[in-house]
Amino acid sequence: MRWLAALAALLCLGAAPPPGPVAPPVALDVLLAETPAPKLSDYRLFTGAGQTEANTGLTPYDLNTPLFSDYADKHRFLYLPPGAKVRYRAHGAFEFPVGATLVKTFGYPGRRLETRLLIRKAEGWTAFAYVWNEAQTEAVLRRAGARLEARFTDPQGRARTVEWAVPNQNQCKECHQLDRTLVPIGPNARNLNRDFAYASGPENQLAHWARAGLLAGAPRPEAAPRAARWDDPAAPLADRARAYLDVNCAHCHNPRAVASNSGLYLDLDEARPAALGVGKGPVAAGRGSGGLRVGIEPGRPEASILVHRMTSTEPGVMMPELGRALTHEEGLALVRAWIAAMPPQ
Amino acid sequence: MPKLMLALLAATALTGAAHAKTIAVGPGPDAQERLQTALLDAKPGDVVQIAAGRYDLVDGLSLDVDDVTVKGAGPEATILSFKGQKGAGEGLLVTSDRVTIRDLAVEDTKGDGLKSKGSDQISFVNVRVEWTGGPKETNGAYGVYPVSSSNVLIDRALVRGASDAGIYVGQSKNIVVKRSRAEFNVAGIEIENSMNADVFDNVATRNTGGILVFDLPNLPVMGGHSTRLFRNKVVDNDTPNFAPAGNIVAGVPVGTGVMIMANRNVHVFDNEIAGNQSTAVMLVSYTQKFDDKTYNPLARDIVVRDNRIGRNGWDPKFAGGDVIKGLLGRDIPPVMWDGVTSHPQNSDPVRMRLTDGPVLNLRLPGPGQVDKANPDMTPNVAIDGATVAEPAPVVLPKPQTDLGAQTDLGA
Repeated sequence: MRWLAALAALLCLGAAPPPGPVAPPVALDVLLAETPAPKLSDYRLFTGAGQTEANTGLTPYDLNTPLFSDYADKHRFLYLPPGAKVRYRAHGAFEFPVGATLVKTFGYPGRRLETRLLIRKAEGWTAFAYVWNEAQTEAVLRRAGARLEARFTDPQGRARTVEWAVPNQNQCKECHQLDRTLVPIGPNARNLNRDFAYASGPENQLAHWARAGLLAGAPRPEAAPRAARWDDPAAPLADRARAYLDVNCAHCHNPRAVASNSGLYLDLDEARPAALGVGKGPVAAGRGSGGLRVGIEPGRPEASILVHRMTSTEPGVMMPELGRALTHEEGLALVRAWIAAMPPQ
Repeated sequence: MPKLMLALLAATALTGAAHAKTIAVGPGPDAQERLQTALLDAKPGDVVQIAAGRYDLVDGLSLDVDDVTVKGAGPEATILSFKGQKGAGEGLLVTSDRVTIRDLAVEDTKGDGLKSKGSDQISFVNVRVEWTGGPKETNGAYGVYPVSSSNVLIDRALVRGASDAGIYVGQSKNIVVKRSRAEFNVAGIEIENSMNADVFDNVATRNTGGILVFDLPNLPVMGGHSTRLFRNKVVDNDTPNFAPAGNIVAGVPVGTGVMIMANRNVHVFDNEIAGNQSTAVMLVSYTQKFDDKTYNPLARDIVVRDNRIGRNGWDPKFAGGDVIKGLLGRDIPPVMWDGVTSHPQNSDPVRMRLTDGPVLNLRLPGPGQVDKANPDMTPNVAIDGATVAEPAPVVLPKPQTDLGAQTDLGA
């Protein structure tokens, strides 16, 4: 794979030389190596002392409605090998070229906790988590997961402590799989279709990616689907709630994913009331039912298992099973309001 | 080519492992990370050998590599304790094919104990799953829990304290559950929305209900059929129902021996059924509201024959049970059927061969219409009974058949 790095270097040489010292490019050969690198710096995705700057080839992005991760800040980047393009799809994750890497750093102000990589290899996607050291200079591979104690201030200004869970490699796949194959969740058309504050000024992400030659086949943003922002008070309540459930639940609660056996499907395109949980009894919820009889009882959030499991922080009851240790009070309030607004049956 | 070489080649092809190895893990600090790393590092053909000892785990474990055996030093020796579990919905989750979990115990998981999802050729052998505080509503739901799986072997499992079913096989096909013991669970053994199951030589005792065969609506796999329950001991199921409301088993009356709900072609024979205060064998429809045009809520094509039925049904705890007992002036008969033979949504015939009578036929006009019961007691019931053919024995792939033929109980 060394020739690839050489090729990448050659391509960079072909470009106009930027002023000042040039950081070596992202180590594509390391990204594509059979075994994951032990340290995050081995990939050269970030540069500078403390790896705080994104290297050339990385493009930051945000999502309309993100997964809740214990109130952590998330910084997302797409890395593409020189000249490679993402192929647009209106539904589902885009088609990414070999070498494409989704980079997501989780942390609280002043502390990076972990950086997760989703790397598109020739044989498919692989996922790895790197945990930052106390000095915040390096992150190391933790394939078997870890628990980290972290402190932060929540949106209500309260000091909070969380036992942050770094997922093990299988757990990455539990959420990121469709038909037993690992796939990205967030970067699809409807979730990327929003503005981002680039250094050059705000611009729609789909338009920016297309203009920068990163994305092929995309329509104008107005012609692309767009998911509601869960926290946009101007958007209709149902759209916000469904977008929230889509991102936070439907990666498992999907006929093609881990929770297929539940019969509860929460993806944005699901239209059958029973599949959404309306009047639907639990199947394998066990004590997760909390003594309630249906997933959603229209008009009565307090009688809906969905709300009970989103509220809980107890393993075996809480949903999602992975990815949070705290209750997302604002997201919960949204789903409660949505159920409360449904006409009782 | 010499025969030996051919055999070797065949063996290699079967396991896909040229250099199968054993990865040993022992108790001590960082057990969580070392154990999970071993499960990640395992290659097809490998054995992850967990030494005797107690492992205090804080997160769920998972295996996603095909052709791996996870082996302890015995269900009383290798103990994976999840008492301090902080995350994940189960103790150990298997999502790969041709996996054997054996000779170990899983204790006090917050959710389910041992689970497989979407596995082919999954075997749980000589394992114990237990909630050590006894039956409690806060215990996890399922002990041994293969779901959406095919070719399932559960052999010599012991499960205690599950707040739903001790051994639960859901939405799966080709299933053998044998030589296992389920006690102090809500349901001892439950086969749900599954096809072709043989459940035999098990003991289900001190649960709320002994052995259940159910089918539920609105699920990706429905229309459960072809289950044989035989040579089981279903005795003294007397633990009050401690399932959280909302779950289907929360409706199982204490002291139910065998319960068949909304399933097809279920054969119950050569079992010992005694000491169950509500009823020995209960055949009923699914009674809750549902919105699923493809679902058949009736119990149909059921054979109950040649069981050794002792005293049951002396203090029935199902709705209206005391009234019925008063009307009959005797214990609830060995076989109780709701008698529903037609449903507007489904015209499948309902055939019955119930020869362990007397049979109490409630003759309900529709599922759950207990207020319209017109009870009738007959020595036996035969409705086209002779035409209900017994399903062929379940045959598992050879490695699992061999595994299930082992008789040594040690590690």
